[in-house]
Amino acid sequence: MKLARVLRYLPLLWASLRRRRVRTTFTIGSIFIAFLMYALAGAMNHAFDQGVQQAGVDRLMVQQKVSFILPLPASYLNRVKGVDGVERVSSANWIGGYLKDAREQIPTFPIHAEEYLDMYPEMLLPRGERQNFLDDRTGFLVGRAVADAYGWKVGDVVPLKSSIYRRKDGSNVWNLTIRGIFDMRDEGDSRQLLFHYEYFNETLADAQKDRLGWIMVQVEDPAQSDAIGQRIDALFANSPAETKTQTERAMAQGFMKQIGSIGTILGAVVSAVFFTMLLVSANTMAQSVRERTSEIGVLKTLGFGNTTILSLVLAESVLITAIGGLLGMGAAWLLGVQLGTALKQYLPGFAVDPVTLVKGLVWVIALGLAAGAWPAVQAMRLKIVDALRRG
Amino acid sequence: MKALIHLRDLVKEYHRGEESLRVLDGLSLDIAEGEFVALMGPSGSGKSTLLNLLGGLDRATSGELTIGGLAIGELPDAVLARWRADHVGFIFQMYNLLPVLSAERNVELPLLLTDLSAAERRRRARAALTLVGLEHRLSHRPNELSGGQQQRVGIARAIVTDPTLLLCDEPTGDLDRKSGDEILDLLQELNREHGKTILMVTHDPRAAERATRQLHLDKGELQAEVR
Repeated sequence: MKLARVLRYLPLLWASLRRRRVRTTFTIGSIFIAFLMYALAGAMNHAFDQGVQQAGVDRLMVQQKVSFILPLPASYLNRVKGVDGVERVSSANWIGGYLKDAREQIPTFPIHAEEYLDMYPEMLLPRGERQNFLDDRTGFLVGRAVADAYGWKVGDVVPLKSSIYRRKDGSNVWNLTIRGIFDMRDEGDSRQLLFHYEYFNETLADAQKDRLGWIMVQVEDPAQSDAIGQRIDALFANSPAETKTQTERAMAQGFMKQIGSIGTILGAVVSAVFFTMLLVSANTMAQSVRERTSEIGVLKTLGFGNTTILSLVLAESVLITAIGGLLGMGAAWLLGVQLGTALKQYLPGFAVDPVTLVKGLVWVIALGLAAGAWPAVQAMRLKIVDALRRG
Repeated sequence: MKALIHLRDLVKEYHRGEESLRVLDGLSLDIAEGEFVALMGPSGSGKSTLLNLLGGLDRATSGELTIGGLAIGELPDAVLARWRADHVGFIFQMYNLLPVLSAERNVELPLLLTDLSAAERRRRARAALTLVGLEHRLSHRPNELSGGQQQRVGIARAIVTDPTLLLCDEPTGDLDRKSGDEILDLLQELNREHGKTILMVTHDPRAAERATRQLHLDKGELQAEVR
């Protein structure tokens, strides 16, 4: 049927939906919930994926082969720098940074500052602030999300604590001056604090000195990443601290796999909800067609062909799922805007993205067709004489 | 006058398991264009079956059935549906209006199958409702109308496509005498002034007297004819 022809049947379809208003409302309500959950799960996945998408393919991460949490000797930095194909290196340590409550940690990393900033062009930092940070050994950089959350501004002095490291004097507090506030490109995750490794290392007790959490490597040719990674690992083979080198994206994906089960659970829940919704919608359509047996007979008597009847039942089914689905995804989009702002600090990238909405539209049509298929075929096969007799 | 409907040796059998029931048994009949024919007979005599065959709602087991020179029993389902839409108007005993639609929308239904614009469909639906005297009930739903008014809507729906043939299955069977008379007046008007060929199944001799010709059917065979 052409679109114009479909449109002329809209009053008939709409009137059919209004025949049993309570039943239609409940059916649309169940579809609404299903697509609300679908779109919110999509927003959650979008947030998870964003970190992986932002991870560079031209950057390698070198960590201890045994475990990510074991440190590397600081001497490894220069040795990695000397490997063929390596352009620059930096490092970072996880120090378990916090302000007052150790349970509320802020991702805080001592870094080899100049190299690090060169390696991460996605960090957007005013040139003046960058220079001020590089010039001040006790300065630090604050991500916009953290600065906004704590109301910090450039020049503030912050007493940062570590739950892992201790200074020579036994204290775990580093008083650092904010020299810059950075954003991340494409509204990426800016929940980070960065300060100078050299300063950090000098202040540490001897037992904790000269350790690196992991080494970041920028390669000259991303196509050679695997080979360079193998060369780095070969360099430290059979040493007390063997290394495992992989691309930053592979590492991010590996990390996401650890929480990937959440995505799997979400997917399973959404699938179950969709399946239930399919049964509810199919039942509604089957009942609706059964109740209208004689009316279908009348329509056929008036000259409505079998194909037209089939199309009308399918269109009615798709109309129901479209109303519920579009309302559900619309509500999810609005919620995503609200929650995305509220959760920006904890779950950056939480938003119902267009891909999820487009896929949702495909699901709306597919589920509508699936729910209406059997009743539509039954209506199509209905013999006029039998239908009129049942009426 | 030229025969619009031509039946020869028409047989209709129903099968239930091994059992076979012959409802029409070699019926032969001609109905001329412009006739108003009343078809009478006891229950189970085959009246409604004949009406179904003439309307292309069912197919004969054997025999010849042509309407306007077209052997409708040989048409594929889709073509037959199109033919019904173009050439036949049906009027039912229980009106068979769609309860969720207004009188105007009900009458417009057959026009949805045409290429007419929405405005033209609406104009024709209103004209048909005006012809049956219901121009003031356009937006009323069937449950807001009396039985006689619902049957008028049914007639308006039957004539809105200007069909050649009107098939009426006990159109006054569910109405009181006054409403029934009004409907019969209307059918007579459609026959005399608009030239519609009408075949009306009825149990009511008074209704049959309005027709120009009365046929009596019993056990699937034509028994008597009154002109």
